[in-house]
Amino acid sequence: MSNILTPILLASALTSSTLTAQIAIEAETLYPMTGDLKPIKNGVVLCGASGKIEKVGTAAEVAIPIGYQRIKAKVAMPGIIDAHATVGLSGILNSDKHDQEQLEKSAPIQPELRAIDAYNGRDPLVKWVRDLGITTVHTGHAPGALVSGQTMILKTNVTSITDAGKDTLRQFAMVAATLGSDGFAGGDKAPGSRAKSLAMLRENLLKTQIHARKLADKDQDKRPEPDLRMDALVQVLEKKIPLLVSAHRHHDIAAALRLQKEFGFKLVLDGASEAYFLLDEIKAAGVPILIHPTMARPYSERENMTFTLAAKLHAAKIPFAFQSGYEGYVPKTRVVHFEAALAVAYGLPHERALAGCTSAAAKLLGIEDRVGSLKPGMDADLALFDGDPLETVTHCTGVVIEGKVVSTEVR
Amino acid sequence: MFSSLRYVAPLLALATVAVLAIGQEKDSEAKVRAYVGARIIPVTAPEIPDGVMIVKDGIITAVGTREEVAIPADAEVLNLKGKVLFPGLICTHSHIGKVQGGDSSSPIQPEVRVLDSIDVLDSTFEKARAGGITMVNIMSGSGHLLSGQTSYLKLRNGNTVEDLAVRNEDGSMAGGIKMANGTNSIKGTGGFPGTRGKSAALVREQFIKAQRYREKLAQGGDQAPERDLAMEALVEVLEGKRVVHHHTHRHDDIMTVLRLKKEFGFKVVLHHVSEAWKVADEIAEAEVPCSIILLDSPGGKLEAIDIEWRNGAELEKRGVLTAFHTDDPINDSRWFLRSAGLAVRAGMSRGKALAAVTISAAEMMDLAEKTGSLTEGKQADFLILNGDPLSVYTRVLATHVEGQKVFDLADPADKLWAEGGFGAGHQRKASGCCFTK
Repeated sequence: MSNILTPILLASALTSSTLTAQIAIEAETLYPMTGDLKPIKNGVVLCGASGKIEKVGTAAEVAIPIGYQRIKAKVAMPGIIDAHATVGLSGILNSDKHDQEQLEKSAPIQPELRAIDAYNGRDPLVKWVRDLGITTVHTGHAPGALVSGQTMILKTNVTSITDAGKDTLRQFAMVAATLGSDGFAGGDKAPGSRAKSLAMLRENLLKTQIHARKLADKDQDKRPEPDLRMDALVQVLEKKIPLLVSAHRHHDIAAALRLQKEFGFKLVLDGASEAYFLLDEIKAAGVPILIHPTMARPYSERENMTFTLAAKLHAAKIPFAFQSGYEGYVPKTRVVHFEAALAVAYGLPHERALAGCTSAAAKLLGIEDRVGSLKPGMDADLALFDGDPLETVTHCTGVVIEGKVVSTEVR
Repeated sequence: MFSSLRYVAPLLALATVAVLAIGQEKDSEAKVRAYVGARIIPVTAPEIPDGVMIVKDGIITAVGTREEVAIPADAEVLNLKGKVLFPGLICTHSHIGKVQGGDSSSPIQPEVRVLDSIDVLDSTFEKARAGGITMVNIMSGSGHLLSGQTSYLKLRNGNTVEDLAVRNEDGSMAGGIKMANGTNSIKGTGGFPGTRGKSAALVREQFIKAQRYREKLAQGGDQAPERDLAMEALVEVLEGKRVVHHHTHRHDDIMTVLRLKKEFGFKVVLHHVSEAWKVADEIAEAEVPCSIILLDSPGGKLEAIDIEWRNGAELEKRGVLTAFHTDDPINDSRWFLRSAGLAVRAGMSRGKALAAVTISAAEMMDLAEKTGSLTEGKQADFLILNGDPLSVYTRVLATHVEGQKVFDLADPADKLWAEGGFGAGHQRKASGCCFTK
């Protein structure tokens, strides 16, 4: 995954230099989200013309050079990362055939569906989350089919994907799968049961293994024709792309771990309402979790969810990040740091909640060398607030992406 | 929370002392309790940093500073230093208890009572108590022009809807009537309207019929009509005895409700009112209260694309009586206080936002004299919080209805409803003679 990074860095440095001013963010409380995650008082962040962070420190440590535009804030933190969303695919209108691109049910297994071909960066909900401080989203195909498609990672200032390499941090981030009844096909179509879901996944992954072996044949003539579906799954088996498995019931989580053990892919668990039953097993498998929104509705597969899951994962030292998830009705998107905030009310340390939508989210997504913390060389993505970023009554007062002020609305 | 009261007899009157406990009752209702040392937020009066509240027989008998309020000698004293006392939350629009209303046979069904469908043992009731809700208006859905009679319930412990019902003076169970316009009820088949014009025409037709029915009732004698359940309910609406709770989102649909109100003179509360900010002057002029919803993002349905957090502030500016609602399951009852936070974020005053989950809601249900604030003489419906009601970190530690504790975070069984976990979606056990915790 990291091999595509270098060209992106160079490209963004070249293209943004003419557009980006040098800015200095002066914050009474600055959360660099590094080290012990503690904030610093009277912090300064210098953002260079390259769109990268130049310096971070206290006002005493960092002199603001002449010519830098000064932006003052009560609180500043890294641009917020929504570690799993469908924003840009599940549009504000909620109108089928018009702006609902997050789920295609014509076949149960379609890993060839690319998020870049489905994303509408001009949907009002992208602006909605951006103006509230969210600068990076891991978005794409939603839970709801056995394998629903691909996800990607990009910044919320991208309105059109004209060059997938440059416009995204990951144009192919994960393959999204769903276990349990949420992934059933419906009617008399397969899968219609948990066991069938696993049988179908195993069958496809076994076929992919054979396909991968043939692809590696020394004799070029013996190699198979390109197959979008198989080729996407080959990347999963080769551990280049994680399989993102949405599973809420404990037995579905156990099934995901069993599948991972059999095929050896990188597994990321999504939702994971009943993960509290399997903390040891999840930890032993080294599997991170994109935790369901704290305010997800506790029905059906999520009926046993708990608001304390984040605190429990934290105590068990299982890596996790927060997500807005997918919503079929209203609110059409959740706001990831609102979800993180409530985890604090239910036992998660405050700084860990912030990390769950910044540094820890970046690490889980494998983009921690670009975003998620404020350090020299990182993308100059910041969210500014007039108080504790997690409090409901606090306003987002500014958003910076790659050194450019993209919002000054007080939201 | 079920240990204290084994069986609650149906309440005969709204007066709280009517609660009869049968069998062993160690947590006696008659006991006097003094809640001492909390920061008290009465909502209708200034905050008291270090206050005392006295509760006797389910009624608040005194609220004030330590200096002002004498603690009765026989009172059980509860030290609440560091805690906050706040009125019980009132949700003017909720769908807890697996409520059902009219079926798909027709768009206007005033004879249908939601009280005949509510499951008061459903976990959603426990979750509402855990969220600090002490009174709800439970309604049927918005897929009809008129989907049924709503039900006002106090979230007392109890096994039947009768146990929980708010009572009218004549002993009948209190409630309003649910109406809706806009897209949800526009279906175009099975007698349902296909357009907004038709929607309004169908409603007017029924109200005109009800006016005639009422005239005949008044004439009596030979003219007296046969009993008609639907007409009886609409007559109650015409007489202002039954408040219309009207789902409406778009500015033009809001104006249609105001037009119908003018024509038929019913009492109405506008619900959701997503585009209130566009016609706030008109709403104010009509002197119609609004029960609004606050969502974390706009959209999800075409009519809610222009919903704004500033609806509360815009209505407040014009003096419109404003409450919030959960629309549970749209917003889970346990997150109800967040609505006040979002409204304040968008410019509403702290005072009006806190009133919007308490006293203003009670006013819309014509129950402000009984509940909705920490005021001497009112029912002791209150919460113990561990922080400011507008902070996202604040938890409800205990919920009291009419002096009785109906939720206690320290009780593991209640904690499950508050936080979730294995079994939190299940129905709770009935309390009573044959069930013990």
